[in-house]
Amino acid sequence: MPLLEVKNLHAEVVGGGRKILKGVNLTINKGEIHAIMGKNGSGKSTLCQVLAGREVYEVTEGTATFNGKDLLDLAPEERAREGLFLGFQYPVEIPGVSTSYFLKAAVNEVRKHKGEAELDAMQFLKLVQEKMNLLGMDKSFMNRAVNEGFSGGEKKRNEVFQMAVCDPLLGLLDETDSGLDIDALKTVSNGVNAIHRSSPDKAILLVTHYQRLLDYIVPDFVHVMIDGRIVKTGGKDLALELEAKGYDWVEDEIGAAV
Amino acid sequence: MTMALEPKGRSEKSHMTATEMHGVIANLRRRGADAFAKQGWPTTKMEEWRDTNLSAIATGKFAPATSDGGAAAVELAKRYAFGAEAAVELVFINGRFDKALSNLGQLGNAGEVLALNAALEKHPALLEKHLGAYADVNLHPLAALSTSHVTDGAVVVINKGATVAKPIHLLFLSVAEDTTATAPRVLVIAGENSESSVVETYAGVDGKRYHTNAVTEIYAEKHARIDHNKLQQEGNAAYHTALMQVNLSEHATFISHSTSIGSKLTRNDLAVFFGGEYAEATLNGLVLAGGDQHIDNHTLLHHEKANCPSHELYKHVLDGNSTAVFKGKIFVQKDAQKTDSKQTSKSLLLTDTAYMNSQPALEIYADDVKCTHGSTTGPIDENAVFYLVSRGVSLAQARHLMTYAFAADITRRIKVAPVRARIEDFMAAQHGLPQDLRITEEARYDVKLL
Repeated sequence: MPLLEVKNLHAEVVGGGRKILKGVNLTINKGEIHAIMGKNGSGKSTLCQVLAGREVYEVTEGTATFNGKDLLDLAPEERAREGLFLGFQYPVEIPGVSTSYFLKAAVNEVRKHKGEAELDAMQFLKLVQEKMNLLGMDKSFMNRAVNEGFSGGEKKRNEVFQMAVCDPLLGLLDETDSGLDIDALKTVSNGVNAIHRSSPDKAILLVTHYQRLLDYIVPDFVHVMIDGRIVKTGGKDLALELEAKGYDWVEDEIGAAV
Repeated sequence: MTMALEPKGRSEKSHMTATEMHGVIANLRRRGADAFAKQGWPTTKMEEWRDTNLSAIATGKFAPATSDGGAAAVELAKRYAFGAEAAVELVFINGRFDKALSNLGQLGNAGEVLALNAALEKHPALLEKHLGAYADVNLHPLAALSTSHVTDGAVVVINKGATVAKPIHLLFLSVAEDTTATAPRVLVIAGENSESSVVETYAGVDGKRYHTNAVTEIYAEKHARIDHNKLQQEGNAAYHTALMQVNLSEHATFISHSTSIGSKLTRNDLAVFFGGEYAEATLNGLVLAGGDQHIDNHTLLHHEKANCPSHELYKHVLDGNSTAVFKGKIFVQKDAQKTDSKQTSKSLLLTDTAYMNSQPALEIYADDVKCTHGSTTGPIDENAVFYLVSRGVSLAQARHLMTYAFAADITRRIKVAPVRARIEDFMAAQHGLPQDLRITEEARYDVKLL
């Protein structure tokens, strides 16, 4: 059974009526790393948000199954508790809400859902410390408000840290590499790889513009998204081809096939 | 015009008390009565009262409360008292000082905290000079009404150079019958270079339509530092109107935290007069309203001297069908150069029917000043909520967290732990605030200027 199976997914902005996803097909099996590349406005980020349950978008057609369950039928928090994680393209700053409080609440909701015992403060601290070492975070981080006072790149790293703590089955990383310098890119990639390797069941979906990330997190599949649909799928070499040639040749190719 | 009210149901035993007979009080009452006779009850036709309708009190024939409160009073006092956390605690039941419930403490050489009666006995000249000198009854009709009924209150005198570390708590409790009123009176005189913390709590029983009509005057001598908290947790059917007038001498520092939680209707007027250069004022406000509550805060920062900074941040959490009004006036006179005044009002609307009415008013006559104002009103940020739920936190919990964070911005500036505790207890009951989110002393921050 695939971990994630998306069939003919159509989605538009609620109220505005602008169609963004126009029939996405995607299958992700346990243990796989997928990458989606495409121009701005192709719908890559929207796909991630729709899968995570953002109510700004409305699904008008199609299905999505996650771990055997109807994903579209679940509220965002239920999707998280089932093992889905979204690394935001623009992580939200939330002044006044402490990171440690928020993450502990989240972790325990997931555990509660799975029938596991909730972590107390000490146990949570131990879990967190391990992941902070993995990602080279300063220990004052947990006491700060969520994402407050961090640079764009640091916020992306915080997303991967949260993913490490939440330990999902499927991590959707939306342009996690944008805004990262080489060192940060390496650290973040190590983190993602460590999460991926921690179990044979874990899968990752990377949305990215740049091939460079895929040198560090090597994908099993690379998809090209154009105008709301995945139009081409290949191996990791496809990313290199896109880097060299751009997207136009893909458009020409599908244009010719139609 | 409405006449000064006759007391309802007075026992045969009562004459004028010593306080009432005293000349200072008699003069004050007369001034108040004259001023009220000229102005009458505010109506919504008056600019300053456009958004707050007092007809329920104006036509309600409220009479002075007289009962001593009994067991209910003791119960309330236990709930709201600071006990050992206060340097001195004066408790007033239905407007009358209750010695048994109070803790007169030991300020030693640092100063004195006395009930009005005792203060008049001990310091008649001081009271004649300061009592009624600051609150302008000709501008504030409700203060005029209150003044015409002055019966009891608290006088706080902090001596020159003294520091009183623990808060001085003035607790006004209403355990009265329907349609009764009290006129609490507070006078604070902070001596030169003194440091003190004064807390005024107003609370009462639910279900009773009583009216608390308070007047507080604060005079800060040069270099005095005053931290002031007003915690309004009146009963759910009560009306609370108050004028707080603060006069600052040069280099004095005044930090005010005004928290409105209770009452059916509240109108606070807070006016700060900068009477000397380099005086500073910070006004923080927190309004937590729901149901059909109406909470109106009018503030006035009156800059008359140069080099004075003033900063104001009022935050409102509005639930149910509640309404809040914030009208912050900054008045900068010609000679008040280098005034640096910033005013911000923020409101969080938890429902579609809650309503915020926020108006800045700036009148600036000096040309070398910085005056800014800003106001934001809106529902809980959906992006932030989505971010939280996308990690598995429930929707209700995410909204609680956001609401709490919004209020905590003000709460964490409050230095007096028992006041923070009251606010957090309320938020725990109303908005599900969890225990481990309460602000500890370490998590506090002291932001004087925004």
